[in-house]
Amino acid sequence: MGSILRFRKLWYLGPVRCSPLELQSFENREVDKEDEGVAPKVESVVVDKKREQKKRNKRQPKEWRCIDYCCWIIGYLCTTWWLLFFVYHCLPATLPGFQVPESPGTRLKSEGLSALHPVVLVPGIVTGGLELWEGRPCAEGLFRKRLWGGSFAEIFKRPFCWLEHLSLHNETGLDPPGIRVRAVPGLVAADYFAPGYFVWAVLIENLAKIGYEGKNLHMAAYDWRLSFQNTEIRDQALSRLKSKIEVMYVTNGYKKVVVVPHSMGVLYFLHFLKWVESPPPIGGGGGPGWCARHIQAVMNIGPAFLGVPKAVSNIFSAEGKDVAFIRYNVQGLREKFANCVLHTYFTVFLSRAMAPGVFDSEILGLRTLEHLLRVSRTWDSTVSLLPKGGETIWGNLDWSPEEGHGCDFTTKGEAHASGNSVNNVNQSRGLEVKDLVKYGRIISFGKAVSQLPSSQLPNIDPKQEFSCSSATNFSSLCGEVWTEYDEMSRERVQKIAKTNCYTAITLFDLLRCVAPKMMQRAEAHFSHGISENLDDPKYAHYRYWSNPLETKLPNAPDMEIYCLYGVGIPTERAYVYKSSPADKCKHIPFRIDSSADGDEGSCLNSGVYFVDGDESVPVISAGFMCAKGWRGGTRFNPSGMATYIREYKHKAPASLLEGRGTESGAHVDIMGNVALIEDVLRVAAGSTGKEIGGEK
Amino acid sequence: MSYLRRRKVPKTQNSEPHEIVTENGDNEKKKTPKPKLKEHKRWSCVDSCCWFIGCICSIWWFLLFMYNAMPASFPQYVTEAITGPLTDPPGVKLRKEGLTVNHPVVFVPGIVTGGLELWEGRQCAEGLFRKKLWGGTFGELYKRPLCWVEHMSLDNETGLDRSGIRVRPVSGLVAADYFAPGYFIWAVLMANLARIGYEEKTMYMAAYDWRLSFQNTEVRDQTLSRIKSNIELMVATNGGKKVVVIPHSMGALYFLHFMKWVETPAPIGGGGGSDWCAKHIKAILNIGAPFLGVPKAVAGLFSIEAKDIAMARAFAPGFLDKDVFGLQTLQHMMRMTRTWDSTMSMIPKGGDTVWGGLDWSPEADFACSTKKLKMNDTNNDKGCLGSVKRVNYGRIISFGKDVAGRHSSEIERLDFRGAIKGNNLPNTTKCDVWTEYHEMGVEGIKAVADYKVYTSELVLDLLRYVAPKLMARGDAHFSYGIADNLDDTKYEHYKYWSNPLETKLPNAPDMEIYSMYGVGIPTERAYVYKLTPTAECYIPFQIDTSADGGSEDSCLKGGVFSVDGDETVPVLSAGFMCAKGWRGKTRFNPSGIRTYIREYDHAPPANLLEGRGTQSGAHVDILGNFALIEDIIRVAAGATGEDLGGDRVYSNILKWSERINLQL
Repeated sequence: MGSILRFRKLWYLGPVRCSPLELQSFENREVDKEDEGVAPKVESVVVDKKREQKKRNKRQPKEWRCIDYCCWIIGYLCTTWWLLFFVYHCLPATLPGFQVPESPGTRLKSEGLSALHPVVLVPGIVTGGLELWEGRPCAEGLFRKRLWGGSFAEIFKRPFCWLEHLSLHNETGLDPPGIRVRAVPGLVAADYFAPGYFVWAVLIENLAKIGYEGKNLHMAAYDWRLSFQNTEIRDQALSRLKSKIEVMYVTNGYKKVVVVPHSMGVLYFLHFLKWVESPPPIGGGGGPGWCARHIQAVMNIGPAFLGVPKAVSNIFSAEGKDVAFIRYNVQGLREKFANCVLHTYFTVFLSRAMAPGVFDSEILGLRTLEHLLRVSRTWDSTVSLLPKGGETIWGNLDWSPEEGHGCDFTTKGEAHASGNSVNNVNQSRGLEVKDLVKYGRIISFGKAVSQLPSSQLPNIDPKQEFSCSSATNFSSLCGEVWTEYDEMSRERVQKIAKTNCYTAITLFDLLRCVAPKMMQRAEAHFSHGISENLDDPKYAHYRYWSNPLETKLPNAPDMEIYCLYGVGIPTERAYVYKSSPADKCKHIPFRIDSSADGDEGSCLNSGVYFVDGDESVPVISAGFMCAKGWRGGTRFNPSGMATYIREYKHKAPASLLEGRGTESGAHVDIMGNVALIEDVLRVAAGSTGKEIGGEK
Repeated sequence: MSYLRRRKVPKTQNSEPHEIVTENGDNEKKKTPKPKLKEHKRWSCVDSCCWFIGCICSIWWFLLFMYNAMPASFPQYVTEAITGPLTDPPGVKLRKEGLTVNHPVVFVPGIVTGGLELWEGRQCAEGLFRKKLWGGTFGELYKRPLCWVEHMSLDNETGLDRSGIRVRPVSGLVAADYFAPGYFIWAVLMANLARIGYEEKTMYMAAYDWRLSFQNTEVRDQTLSRIKSNIELMVATNGGKKVVVIPHSMGALYFLHFMKWVETPAPIGGGGGSDWCAKHIKAILNIGAPFLGVPKAVAGLFSIEAKDIAMARAFAPGFLDKDVFGLQTLQHMMRMTRTWDSTMSMIPKGGDTVWGGLDWSPEADFACSTKKLKMNDTNNDKGCLGSVKRVNYGRIISFGKDVAGRHSSEIERLDFRGAIKGNNLPNTTKCDVWTEYHEMGVEGIKAVADYKVYTSELVLDLLRYVAPKLMARGDAHFSYGIADNLDDTKYEHYKYWSNPLETKLPNAPDMEIYSMYGVGIPTERAYVYKLTPTAECYIPFQIDTSADGGSEDSCLKGGVFSVDGDETVPVLSAGFMCAKGWRGKTRFNPSGIRTYIREYDHAPPANLLEGRGTQSGAHVDILGNFALIEDIIRVAAGATGEDLGGDRVYSNILKWSERINLQL
């Protein structure tokens, strides 16, 4: 405000000095008028009244002054704004002196690379746009407008309507009656998530530089809320993807396609690989050689092969790190996390990040978190991201593969210490670190519990505990926002909290208890175990298709699988929970205990244990399959197709001008990473994994 | 406030500092003249400007806010209050009748309506990657017009991309739902189909690059292959239900081409086998289809003066004719549109047999005045013969109004074909815009004008003379004749595929073909031209806009003879094939595919609130016509032509078709 006033002052000076004459005359006139008004005092009452009226009229402009000033300020600001805007537009696209770094596409084009293999992009969760095809009366006028992606204007305009339309049916996991929300097709589906926030756009642009266009570049958009098999049942998305790949293969001179899935798209594409070779009623009927014939390479970006712990907290209490941090902020305890919030603003489970301040403010009576919990629990796909492989992969009460990981990300030497493979635990280093972080306990209640050795834990058998047979204390009063927590008795909530620790296996019992309907629905579609015998006929069922530990890769020895992911960012791995004061019936009874902090350099930060990763997916989930599970001819990879790991070290953008950086390793920002783009382009232009340098 | 004044006064060197001291608290309200005076002193011109702008902005924002806060159904209330209750849109109405999704639907957009986006461009087009060059706001047209023209043009020799430029069609339903913001093309139809349950998986927009010749869309983009694959996919994923194809305008020709292509064996064709169409297509609902071409295309190619083939011109109609700015807009446009092969697909086909000769034309008895008169006229021809002069529609181009009216025996003509083209005008270098007219020289131009009258067959010769390169390219991709013997092997060449008079329909007896078009709007049919004063860089021919018929109801207006149609396509072109050429078992339709004509009489929107009207018959606006939408939805939901009520005819198409002497 102060600066504005100063501005105004400056403006006053000039004109007043310039035109004293005009003002002088004006002044005289004013005085005359006033004299006339005052002089004939001895007039009738009528005249007096008139005069009074006159006075009032004259006073009015004075009272408007404030408004006038407002107008003036607005006008001034607008004019300046327009002027700047105009100047900005007149500027040449590249300022002289400001060197724009050459994009990888341009560079590789000058190297002589050109489009060879058609490219299929498979977006991950939340990044794809969703549009409305049929809705309730409250959504009138939104036909074929984006509900998800784009500007999200509707959240603010009609939040409840918006939530209602994005929910799926709680029983079937499909559309609720009368509502049809569908995936946006084509490249626009996920090029930008919100205006200016790129997802695939940079990659697409670079691909276009070496000659890609609509005919050899396809975005396999699907409704990411549905379970994978349901996208086929409802939208025939898998059939369409198959047909697209076939037509691209044929029309581009019988060149196999390169598939680039991101995040959850990786699991979706795994599912597709199995689906397409399965016989028709359930599968695509492509025959056993389909993948070998049509696919050159699968370049998984930030793959969540074995799930992400984030998904647990998301389902459990609708909060990931980002939300917990936001709560932290609201409490005003630490400001330094503001930065983190900005960074994580749009990461994986970003539905909660859309309106940060609002979450905790029950003041508004909105109960945003509860609503979001209810909505996101109707989305089957989130279940696909739960940690897979149980304790073998994710560790048990006392052991975890990443033990010995130093979390002090400021000293970069330590940052790579995480063991990628289960057997590769560096014991000696583990001993050096004072408290081994027990990552295996994905959820623990209370900070103390999370650190105790298992022998000291109260010995309660979780299986016994979870006799979630009937909801005894159903409080129908808590009707408005319906989360399944309302059906749980207070005692049970207490019991859950008493159990203290949950590993990747007992976790499922917990979730089954906490969200029975969702898990029941979703477990028909997903499985999270490790198979003993892959030839068991039960593995022909589609629920196993998206779990790399329960399926064999297709028989395609020439195919290549890449795991491309960022490292060097703290990534959520385990949580410390507390039961929140459970007096209110519509409350989520569990909260991340954001007051639980370790020492400086500890892995525990405001209730969350961190490990190396790309901010969403821990390294072990992204890399394990390529590093060990599929390497060579294993039982998961009987044809022995080649796998390559390419890691990209995270480097925060140097200045604001760089935007989200060209060397970022963050889950979504990595799509703008120059090194990654170059790798993708090279493979698309025909290089093999060996040629681009193998492992990195 | 007082704080401000105090800070300012000493600087302005104003006297009376004591005034300021008194001026606080209650004194503020006391109306002494002097503080007021000070206020006025500060209120200078710049301030007033700012104040004014501020006011406007505030009001604007306020209104905008009100508008946004307004319930969505508010405009409807207003409309209903004025015009009475609205009828349900057809989608809602038919849903109540219980209609649901049945056959998948394929839209084939016409010329100019599909969006085009940039994939690779020159330096000047930086930052436009994947932005719409055509369609949308056309912002770039104004910002960098020359760059835009350069990118929209194709190569003059090959009719394909220029090197370093890749402009590609937008794909998906967004390609042609709206042409410009608020100007719907397919959006209304889509919204109504969605009401009965259609969605992305059951609707497909066969977007193609409408600038290319039809076969080139396959050569460059494999568009035909993709359409084939998509149709197959939709049939497969929708339980074997055949598709309903809805081509609009030039899309009808494109789809004719597709049907021949898909059944032709592999190297040139799609290799779908001879029963592909029978297996995959239930019906083709051609909307405003220019099966036999449109005379407008001739004018467009000849002098770029048609109204919507070169729609770009319509953006600034008055401006184009004046070369005040030295921009040579028209010439640029002409050069650009002449690189588009597809425009040549719409040159009138069938020659004099269909379009009429020098003294004869099928529509000769059409009266242009009012609808009533027209009906009378057809009933008692004799009574009106005195008042209505027969129009020689057959002469598509005539030079001079008097020539257009005279009998052929009275016209002296000099053959232009022998005329030698003059040397290049000495100062062509001045004309930075290159059209082929510059190569013709003065003699050539004069020879063209001296020939006076051109029928549709002669028009082809004329164009070949005037624009040899263009027609050389065009003749390789399109053909405009009538086949004598359809079994001739030469008709296997793809250049004949989009001409309904030179191809057989596929062998699919269960298929249905509809011709749906608007009638009741005067439509361009023939032109009166004049030579322009030969300035060096001008297009030497122009429509003689001063040529008007004598009376009110003359068909000649502004140098254009009009006839019944939908404003772009004359009835003859849209209806003839379904009325006669394909009706029953003819040589063009050996398997006896049933054909239906559905005409929609034009009724302009009653008031502005209705927008472009729900009963319009105009070429593009007809896509918002409720009757048409209802027909389409019924067919898509499974009805046959008989269920709809067979033919629905308002114009004289049946009568006119009879007059055309074509061997069937």
